[in-house]
Amino acid sequence: MFKQAIENLGNRTIQGVWRMGFAVRFFVAILLHSGTAFRRFGLTIREMYFTGVLSLIIILVSGLFVGMVLGLQGYETLQRYGSESALGTLVALSLVRELGPVLAGLLFASRAGSAITAEIGLMKATEQLSAMEMMAVDPIARVVAPRFWAGVVSMPLLAALFSALGIFGGYLVGVKLIGVDEGSFWSQMQGAVDFEQDILNGVIKSVVFGIAITAIALFEGYDAPPTAEGVSGATTRTVVTSSLAVLALDFVLTAFMFRGLN
Amino acid sequence: MQNDNLVEIEDAVFGYGARPVLKGINLTAKRGQVVAIMGSSGCGKTTLLRMIGGQIKPGQGTVRVAGESLGELDRAGLYRLRRKMGMLFQFGALFTDISVFDNVAFQLREHTDLPEDAIRDLVLMKLNAVGLRGAARLMPSELSGGMARRVALARAIALEPMLVMYDEPFAGLDPISLGVTGNLIRRLTDTLGLTSLVVTHDVQESLKIVDYVYFVSEGVIVAEGTADDIRASELPYVHQFVHGESDGPVPFHYPAPRYADDLRLGGLSV
Repeated sequence: MFKQAIENLGNRTIQGVWRMGFAVRFFVAILLHSGTAFRRFGLTIREMYFTGVLSLIIILVSGLFVGMVLGLQGYETLQRYGSESALGTLVALSLVRELGPVLAGLLFASRAGSAITAEIGLMKATEQLSAMEMMAVDPIARVVAPRFWAGVVSMPLLAALFSALGIFGGYLVGVKLIGVDEGSFWSQMQGAVDFEQDILNGVIKSVVFGIAITAIALFEGYDAPPTAEGVSGATTRTVVTSSLAVLALDFVLTAFMFRGLN
Repeated sequence: MQNDNLVEIEDAVFGYGARPVLKGINLTAKRGQVVAIMGSSGCGKTTLLRMIGGQIKPGQGTVRVAGESLGELDRAGLYRLRRKMGMLFQFGALFTDISVFDNVAFQLREHTDLPEDAIRDLVLMKLNAVGLRGAARLMPSELSGGMARRVALARAIALEPMLVMYDEPFAGLDPISLGVTGNLIRRLTDTLGLTSLVVTHDVQESLKIVDYVYFVSEGVIVAEGTADDIRASELPYVHQFVHGESDGPVPFHYPAPRYADDLRLGGLSV
């Protein structure tokens, strides 16, 4: 019994280490075979449509509602201290620094990440990747790398749109619905939001999230057992792993980026 | 001088982990022939095909295609050789997000600098050869199983390869599609001067079109010969396979404990 448990533990550890090594090799292979994704940029543009453009609706609608909730909650708290004119600052900083990249990342993982894993997994299960290899076409260069770069480019754009719509949502609720002064809403926001500290750091976060989510989604699809159960399991793992990765990376990045403030 | 044999396998051994699949295979395929590799499911036929395509390497022995030892080729060399090979997967493996036309044009666009007009003509010629020129604009999801395999065949011959490998081309086809596919394999082999390797367990259909047959069982070649040799063979395994007998060297029952023991009948014999 005890021996069996030790064996199982050892087996799982070896498998885990092997899988980790495979993931690193896979990521390096994507970078090494990225030439096609840039030489034939049409391939990457096409994938940007599937990962980015088709994620727009969920990102824009979510951004709008998150901003509207921030407007309500922020006003409720700020008016206790007579600082409701700082509502624009609160909404903008919350979105640009944190909520924009993180929530857009989580939505991107659910919408685009799962789709990427399912597509690659099914291509593997139906032998399309093997067929490509037999036609002397490298699937990493032709299929994987364009999707990777499409994800990396799409993610910061989606996060920016999420933040923009969120700020607009906060404006609608704060200024148009509640009646916060429009001039102070925008001017305080303009004065408080720093391009380098806030906006650029938010963009860096969303790029890192884009790399993590897309790499995880592609790896899970490529490594999925070629069965219906295997592909569904890989899709679930993509959403869970990449969501956790976004939250963990957010903490690490925030700790580095804002450690000098105040 | 050009070697008569396009494919030569010598003492090839291969296993998945500790499980041996191929245990010393010797096989040759002459240029211009249709060669069938037959055997029951799980006997290692597809593994053999994957080895010839360079997707897996033998643990021991050599695999040579057109005189080149696959084990000694680097990735670029393997890809160069694969451009002269075509492969028809069991269910076609068509790219589902692009049309029939684009599937057939795929290799031409990837590997040649031909203008789009020339590609269009070539694709329509290949599709015409498999009788599906009229289906050029359809998507793979709109095709029947037989049609998908014919499109995959048109795709496999797009670059006019010297070798085409077929993995179970007859599986799951209706009698008409079966005959059409068999005739296409023979006709394309003869007219294009290529060599065809057909992995199958459809004895009757394949014996109509093949020049030579290898029988694989438990990882070794157990019989070989022309279609007539195989029909006349008295070897128990070949006889059971050709005549579809349920019991013989390939047992009906999967290895199991005694039936009476499983039914907990004690000393009774069943």
